[in-house]
Amino acid sequence: MLEQAQHMQIGMQHFLLVSGMLFTLGVFGIFLNRRNVIIILMSIELILLSVNLNLVTFSAHLHDLTGQVFSMFILTVAAAEAAIGLAILVVFFRNRDSIAVEDISALKG
Amino acid sequence: MIEAIFFYVFSAVLIGSAAWVISSRNPVHSVLALILAFFNAAGLFVMLGAEFLAMIMVIVYVGAVAVLFLFVVMMLDIDFVKLKAGLVKNAFVGFIVGGVLLAEFVWMYLRWGMSQVTPHVMMPTPDMAQVNNTQALGMVLYTHYVYLFQISGLILLVAMIGAITLTHRRRPDNRTQKVAIQVARNPKDVLKVEKITSGSGVH
Repeated sequence: MLEQAQHMQIGMQHFLLVSGMLFTLGVFGIFLNRRNVIIILMSIELILLSVNLNLVTFSAHLHDLTGQVFSMFILTVAAAEAAIGLAILVVFFRNRDSIAVEDISALKG
Repeated sequence: MIEAIFFYVFSAVLIGSAAWVISSRNPVHSVLALILAFFNAAGLFVMLGAEFLAMIMVIVYVGAVAVLFLFVVMMLDIDFVKLKAGLVKNAFVGFIVGGVLLAEFVWMYLRWGMSQVTPHVMMPTPDMAQVNNTQALGMVLYTHYVYLFQISGLILLVAMIGAITLTHRRRPDNRTQKVAIQVARNPKDVLKVEKITSGSGVH
């Protein structure tokens, strides 16, 4: 299995590097758009996408389906998280007329 | 050769559109870039032999999640220019954190290799010639992972109910049917039958 991966032109490491870059871009996006909750949610989607890519890469190279199954569960949770997050955002915007992260401090007491 | 070309095209567009998502001034462009990123990730999934997951990716993310983002971005009247303030200071911190993270990833993946020990394979992928990817996933998902599958369905149900109850708004001025009041109405209180003799008229 290992020799096969090394002989192939595009190996496991290529996919893992792409996944790592995507993860980094997601984290960077959270820092870059620190005030905008919508872009932060999109950055979280990017991070989850990179995790999925990682799982599927290992699943393909170990010939083990478990990675793909768990990737599907991550997909489900990501969809649920996006729906709930955007719903909270809509309610917050109705109450405060703003989505800036600094304004979200009602629980501070 | 052709595999390498496809890989580099897909991953270049994926990384480029991810950068577009986080750097765009207009959030509608961000959502569109997110759709592009998901399409290219689906292409990479197909290259890895996970066709079912790739198609699910396109359906769920492009068909549902991205449209949801687009709806929220377009429905809320948000001043996005004000949200961009302090970008340079944030970018500096982000560059430090992101740079360290990326350096670690690259260092790790370039130096790291699989050990010679045969890994413990839990669910071996069947031969693609006999069983295709969708069938193989179904045979695993509905047997060994059936509880997790049911729980993920439950998570979706909870998310759906939560999203509806959060965003549902009862307006005070709308005229909904009040069934209890309608049922409680007694015909004797509201209906009066009068006998009118001809020629006398109604008082």
